[in-house]
Amino acid sequence: MHPAYSVIFFTTASGAGYGMLALMAILGTAGILPADRWFGFVGLALALGLITAGLLSSTFHLGRPERAWRAVSQWRSSWLAREGVLAILTYIPAGLFGIGWVFLEQTSGFWGVMGVLAAIGAFLTIVCTSMIYRSLKPIHQWHNDWTIAGYVALGFASGAVALSFVAHLFDVAGPVVKALPVALVPVAWAVKTGYWAFIDRTRSLSTSNTATGLRGGEVRSVDWPHTQENYLQKEMGFQVARKHALKLRTIAHGLTFAVPLAFAVLTLLVPNPLAGIAAFVALASIAAGLLAERWLFFAEAKHTVTLFYGAKAA
Amino acid sequence: MTTLPTTTTTKLGLVIDLDTCVGCQACVTNCKEWNTGGHSAPLTDLNPYGDKVDGVWFNRVHTFEYGLGENARTVNFPKSCLHCENAACVTVCPTGASYKRSSDGIVLVDHDKCIGCKLCSWACPYGAREFDEDEGVMKKCTLCVDRIYNENLDEVDRQPACVITCPSKARHFGDLGDPDSDVSKLVAERGGYDLMPEQGYKPTNKYLPPRPRKLTGAAIGAQESLQPVKTNGKGFLGWVDKVLTR
Amino acid sequence: MALDHPVEGDGVDTSPTVADEVKYTTCYMCACRCGIRVYVKDGQIRYIQGNKNHPVNKGVLCAKGSSGIMQHYSPARLSKPLKRVGERGSGEFVEIEWDEAMALATDWLGAIRKTDPKKLAFFTGRDQSQSLTGWWATNFGTPNFAAHGGFCSVNMAAAGLYSIGGSFWEFGEPDWDNAKYFMMFGVAEDHDSNPIKTGISKLKARGAKFVSVNPTKTGYSAVADEWIGIRPGTDGLFVFSLIHELVKAGKVDLEYLVRYTNAHYLIIQAPGQADDGLFLRDADDVPLCWDQVKGAPAKALDPEVSPALTGEYTVNGKQVIPAFQLMAGRYLDDQYAPEAVAETCGLTADQIKRIAAELAHVAFEEAIELPIEWTDWAGRTHKTMKGRPIAMHAMRGISAHSNGFHTCRAIHLLQMILGTVEVPGGFRFKPPFPKPIPPNPKPAGKDGGKANTPLAGAPLGFPTQPEDLLVDDNGNPLRIDKAYSWENPLSSHGLMHMVITNAWKGDPYPVDVLFMYMANMAWNSTMNTKGVMEMLTDKDPATGEYKIPKIIYSDAYASEMVAYADLVFPDTTYLERWDCISLLDRPICEADGPADAIRQPVVEPGRDVRGFQTVLLDLGARLGLPGMTNEDGSAKFPGGYPDYIVNHERMPGIGPLAGWRGENGDQHGRGAKNPDQLKKYVENECFWQGHLKPSQKYYKFANREYLDYAVEMGFIGHADQIVLQIYSEIMQKFRNAARGHGTVKVPEQHRARVDTYFDPMPIWYMPFEEASVDTTEFPMHALTQRPMYMYHSWGSQNAWLRQIMNQNRLYMHAGTAKAQGIADDDWVWVTSHHGRIKCQVRLIEGVNPQTVWTWNAIGKRKGAWNLKEDAPEATKGFLLNHLISELLPEDKTGAGNGYRYSNSDPVTGQAAWFDLRVKVEKAAADEFGESSPQFPVLKRPPNMAESPDISRYGAQFNPDRNGGKPVENSVVVKQTVGKGAPEPKPAAQPAPKKEGV
Ligand SMILES: Nc1nc2c(c(=O)[nH]1)N[C@H]1C(S)=C(S)[C@@H](COP(=O)(O)OP(=O)(O)OC[C@H]3O[C@@H](n4cnc5c(=O)[nH]c(N)nc54)[C@H](O)[C@@H]3O)O[C@H]1N2
Ligand SMILES: Nc1nc2c(c(=O)[nH]1)N[C@H]1C(S)=C(S)[C@@H](COP(=O)(O)OP(=O)(O)OC[C@H]3O[C@@H](n4cnc5c(=O)[nH]c(N)nc54)[C@H](O)[C@@H]3O)O[C@H]1N2
Ligand code: SF4
Ligand code: SF4
Ligand code: SF4
Ligand code: SF4
Ligand code: SF4
Ligand SMILES: [Mo]
Repeated sequence: MHPAYSVIFFTTASGAGYGMLALMAILGTAGILPADRWFGFVGLALALGLITAGLLSSTFHLGRPERAWRAVSQWRSSWLAREGVLAILTYIPAGLFGIGWVFLEQTSGFWGVMGVLAAIGAFLTIVCTSMIYRSLKPIHQWHNDWTIAGYVALGFASGAVALSFVAHLFDVAGPVVKALPVALVPVAWAVKTGYWAFIDRTRSLSTSNTATGLRGGEVRSVDWPHTQENYLQKEMGFQVARKHALKLRTIAHGLTFAVPLAFAVLTLLVPNPLAGIAAFVALASIAAGLLAERWLFFAEAKHTVTLFYGAKAA
Repeated sequence: MTTLPTTTTTKLGLVIDLDTCVGCQACVTNCKEWNTGGHSAPLTDLNPYGDKVDGVWFNRVHTFEYGLGENARTVNFPKSCLHCENAACVTVCPTGASYKRSSDGIVLVDHDKCIGCKLCSWACPYGAREFDEDEGVMKKCTLCVDRIYNENLDEVDRQPACVITCPSKARHFGDLGDPDSDVSKLVAERGGYDLMPEQGYKPTNKYLPPRPRKLTGAAIGAQESLQPVKTNGKGFLGWVDKVLTR
Repeated sequence: MALDHPVEGDGVDTSPTVADEVKYTTCYMCACRCGIRVYVKDGQIRYIQGNKNHPVNKGVLCAKGSSGIMQHYSPARLSKPLKRVGERGSGEFVEIEWDEAMALATDWLGAIRKTDPKKLAFFTGRDQSQSLTGWWATNFGTPNFAAHGGFCSVNMAAAGLYSIGGSFWEFGEPDWDNAKYFMMFGVAEDHDSNPIKTGISKLKARGAKFVSVNPTKTGYSAVADEWIGIRPGTDGLFVFSLIHELVKAGKVDLEYLVRYTNAHYLIIQAPGQADDGLFLRDADDVPLCWDQVKGAPAKALDPEVSPALTGEYTVNGKQVIPAFQLMAGRYLDDQYAPEAVAETCGLTADQIKRIAAELAHVAFEEAIELPIEWTDWAGRTHKTMKGRPIAMHAMRGISAHSNGFHTCRAIHLLQMILGTVEVPGGFRFKPPFPKPIPPNPKPAGKDGGKANTPLAGAPLGFPTQPEDLLVDDNGNPLRIDKAYSWENPLSSHGLMHMVITNAWKGDPYPVDVLFMYMANMAWNSTMNTKGVMEMLTDKDPATGEYKIPKIIYSDAYASEMVAYADLVFPDTTYLERWDCISLLDRPICEADGPADAIRQPVVEPGRDVRGFQTVLLDLGARLGLPGMTNEDGSAKFPGGYPDYIVNHERMPGIGPLAGWRGENGDQHGRGAKNPDQLKKYVENECFWQGHLKPSQKYYKFANREYLDYAVEMGFIGHADQIVLQIYSEIMQKFRNAARGHGTVKVPEQHRARVDTYFDPMPIWYMPFEEASVDTTEFPMHALTQRPMYMYHSWGSQNAWLRQIMNQNRLYMHAGTAKAQGIADDDWVWVTSHHGRIKCQVRLIEGVNPQTVWTWNAIGKRKGAWNLKEDAPEATKGFLLNHLISELLPEDKTGAGNGYRYSNSDPVTGQAAWFDLRVKVEKAAADEFGESSPQFPVLKRPPNMAESPDISRYGAQFNPDRNGGKPVENSVVVKQTVGKGAPEPKPAAQPAPKKEGV
């Protein structure tokens, strides 16, 4: 699949934003985070900012962005619509929760309920995002539960790293906040490693034989319908060389997981401001790593349509 | 509405005969000329006279080979929307622009609603969705919805453009929901099949497989070689001297 | 099926208005001439559909026909006459008015006609109006006229016309409804494009077996029941081997042979004498046979005789043998045994034997009989029509070889011995065929053309004896293309591929004006393309003048050739003009009846262009040519081509169109002029079709009722039986001349060649190029095929068609390539004895391992056709033509003493495109990516708008959906160029037929 930058940015930014939002809401409600106005303001602004920037970026990918509002109508069947609905709905409790925190410095009671709802909304939105991909049968590399686990785990891991950084910035990072990345990044790492192992190990049930119904040997493409690439090939026929993919995976392992984890551990070991710097490095690293990871998520996904254009497998 | 009808009264679709398709591309361009002025007008062409030309087409013909050496076969393979019963291209659509008609099963795009998110094209295993970059909306085979019922056309012309134009009669149109229709009978007779059944989309369009080849004399009731005629000692042309009249 | 309108409620307009008007006309996206319905909305073309009622396509339309909209609105259309101002080939022109253009042409041509008319070489390419253009040449007085047939398929035409009175090509067709076995030789697409596809699907639906003999497995071959991947140029051997097997097994239709062929004619055996190999004739010059019952010679055509097919007889002191015995004797020879030919043909002996057995089985065990009573030439009534249901068809895979004439004759011979010509289930003639063998007129121009004098007859015809050739007293050619000379005596379509080379050399003489129409002779219809471009621009160093002093060319589009003209007549597109597809020319008949057709303008040109035929008639009038001028010097056809179509008569009662003749329009075939004729055609959807009675539909060469009808219609001069020729006495006459007999002397240089190749019975010889180059150096055959979705060079300007293919590949057998280290998508150098090109490969299984091939004419010159400079047609596409020489390598064949003959069939002059031998070598990695050779970019003609970057054609028909963006299709937005002299209207302009759409 063609790795469109708008979609890469959208899924990574909004994933981190929702992860962070959910964590702040839970930890805030639970009183683990201080209901400090400026910390709350900056933290929630970052979370909602990432979410909003992500959502806006996703509209760049639309052919008709001015009609984006239509995208929520089909929540009964479409995961994209559900995601849109939940994204919008989540703004309400998240907004109210933010008002409580920032203006009233309150995160419990009614505001706490809002926090819980925002966290649930954020979690479900990430799930919906992942379900957009998970539900696409023609793309074997997406059509599996690793996709959901990956989106959720990465959203929360990156959210935790971001939260840790902001908490450090305001010097309110307690042990839980510091420990969260150390706990969540390895989970995400495990999930992603499992995902890669899964896609390396398995193939789509569809083959050039089932695609064409022709039996009696491998089906080879002699001529495309048109000499030059068409929309389908550009959108769905993206090919990444195995060598290139492996290199990127190594980068992703390092930047998304190893480096952030190491620096997250460091935040537990060193005092501020060193811990804050470590938290920042972790954040910068995971941000870069996620772009590589997400690029690969698309680039390594093989659509069944490629079977008609000479792909050996999907 | 992007929820699928539980059932449709009729299941209109195409039956494509891989045994007779010669890959002439007539269906491809006739589809283009009809549809570029029709329901989905226009079928935009980007850079039509230069490099990287890229146009919207509802029907495309591939050429495949399979098997090796003696057993190698070459097959021309037309493909357009299969108007699936279980059309995930419809259910993924967030806007309701994509829908499957409950009356006849045709899968259509309402171009006024489409936001061009392309998700439906990702959801189609067959590559039957066509994005019009210029207009920013998704387009696709309409099963010639603006022909098949068109009272401004002669009755015999109320068929998809690709079907009426096919010189090899490799394309057939009809109601695949009616087991007594000509197309259903053809499918039954020739072992028509679904593309990628494992995807579970239940395509309406069916493909008829290439027929087995007749590669022995026996296949047509002939011998594998001829015996020399009895010469009766009169030389090889001895058999000729019967009396013939003009 | 009529569907009830469903109640869906989705707001879709399922009954939109499609057109304001539907007009019928004839397609010209290729030469197949299907009937079309053009839907016109708001003055623009909405949709083109096949005409269901039309005899040719019966409703279907091919990929090209369906892309007519984009052809019509091509940004490469010419819009005004052009006069060259820069160097020839530079593409620098100024636009001029028609008056000036006509005056200039009249000037140039007038000077020639007054002095030496043969100094005009008039060659008309892919012309559908040859009966007009040929007649114009006749009236001008130049023998130097031909159309494209010589480089196309004259081998098929000539072999057929000299053997069975009709031919494959488009003059006959398989009996699609009754054949049980269909053998197709060397066809990729054919002139009968849609009918063949429809026919094949009919055969397959009935379960008939379809065998395709072809080195490549694409298109038709891909759907065949059996693909015989023969090595190019060896079909003749394969067919002889089939004949060998059949004769050996006694599987020959003797009854058919004695009734309908000259198998029983007695052939004189007198080696060294003047009458050797000729028919034994009686005092009245009637050929004789040996009557077995009477034990005496008898008139061969006497219905009462019982002719012997074998034996040796002495009559009047002459040794004679029936043709059949000579034939059988020749092919029974072991050199034609399957085992002996298999390797050369790239086949197995078993396969050849099996095909022979299958033919025998279908012919003799599965014979059919139609319950139709008919009367034969002798007046005998037969209760049924018997048929041996084996149909054959062959085209350029046979014809475009230097042994094509004989190979095609071999196939006809195979058909004759199986008794399948013109019988139910077999190969059927389309009226006006069959014709006498060969058809009547001889080529005119023996005097070489006289000042101010029309030629005595049409320049093209059919020689039957050495005396008919167009040579001077020394046996040297009289025509610029050397047609009808000893080099290629039966070149009945001329040799257009030799004109430029010969004119440049001044061999046999220089010309003053080269006048061409509709032929891209600076590119794809030429061999040695680069050389030809140089010849077209070469100057005589002494005078500084071009070696070919003046070139006039008519094209409708900015083709590669336009740049080489001094004066360009811009033609209309096919949807803007009147045209006539005449029975006098290459008609659209069906085996079931004759037919002809017209084109009518369906849209206004909106450019300053004129139909070429109208221009030609105008030019004729300005030159005062007889036939085109009245006594008072005024133009005879002031209404242009439509005026001519209605009012010209070739013979009394016979004009360009056969339908609705007579004052009341109630006569067909013959009849007085009918001023309302075109109106009648338009009312009848632009075609006329005659219907044969069932009893006339088969055995036409010997069918009393048919023959009488054919005479009545003017197809043939007399109703005698047309006797198929397994043995060609005509060929033997030329051979005897080469052996020194008769009054016409064959120049020494050509004697051996004529002697060898004028064998009265089919022979096989190695194609000339293969025989003359080192085949270890050039181990591969290289071929082209027509893509079904492109017409020669002119499809690539079509925005839709070029998306299907804008770069051609060199297709190569995967195994062969692997052995040479060539991988899929690699770039390779392809070298012949003549040239070298670079291109990209595609590896496949379905091709003869010794053969590479590519799609024809996809490669384009940069800048031509108003394509962008980066168009892959020019940067990556390629032509094989650069590798093909118009001259044979200096002799190794024994064919002629150091002289370089044209790369053609020695009998007919057919261009031997497919004799090409090459080697293929992988290019270096840094050479990948661009084809070679490349040529300087051609300039766009003045005032031609740059081609658009986007096309939204069709948006205008659905304003709801067209968010107000411009359509951007050159012509739709820019209908402004020139005021345009509209095509003259015929006297009675028919009312357009309104339809409820
Ligand atoms: N290598 C190779 N070369 C081949 C062949 C092959 O098989 N292999 N095939 C050969 C054969 S059989 C043929 S017939 C030739 C064909 O080759 P050409 O005779 O050159 O045919 P086209 O390329 O169709 O070009 C005809 C010209 O007519 C112009 N034209 C189109 N429509 C109109 C019109 O309405 N009016 C006018 N005035 N002009 C028009 C086109 O723009 C084009 O310039 O190619 C030959 N060349
Ligand atoms: N779509 C389309 N239709 C056309 C044209 C076009 O340009 N495009 N051009 C028209 C014209 S001008 C012509 S002349 C006709 C020609 O129509 P075809 O006769 O179909 O001509 P080609 O495409 O040259 O195909 C020649 C075939 O012969 C095969 N062949 C080559 N050598 C041999 C051999 O030695 N033995 C055998 N058995 N086969 C061999 C080639 O592989 C190829 O398949 O088509 C006409 N129709
Ligand atoms: S028109 Fe018919 S034969 Fe031609 S490509 Fe389409 S399906 Fe095949
Ligand atoms: S073929 Fe593709 S676009 Fe058509 S209905 Fe099925 S899934 Fe949808
Ligand atoms: S591109 Fe249009 S039709 Fe397709 S899913 Fe998106 S909104 Fe629906
Ligand atoms: S049914 Fe109509 S829209 Fe669909 S492929 Fe055929 S011609 Fe095109
Ligand atoms: S075969 Fe195609 S291009 Fe040729 S006349 Fe017929 S429809 Fe037109
Ligand atoms: Mo041709």
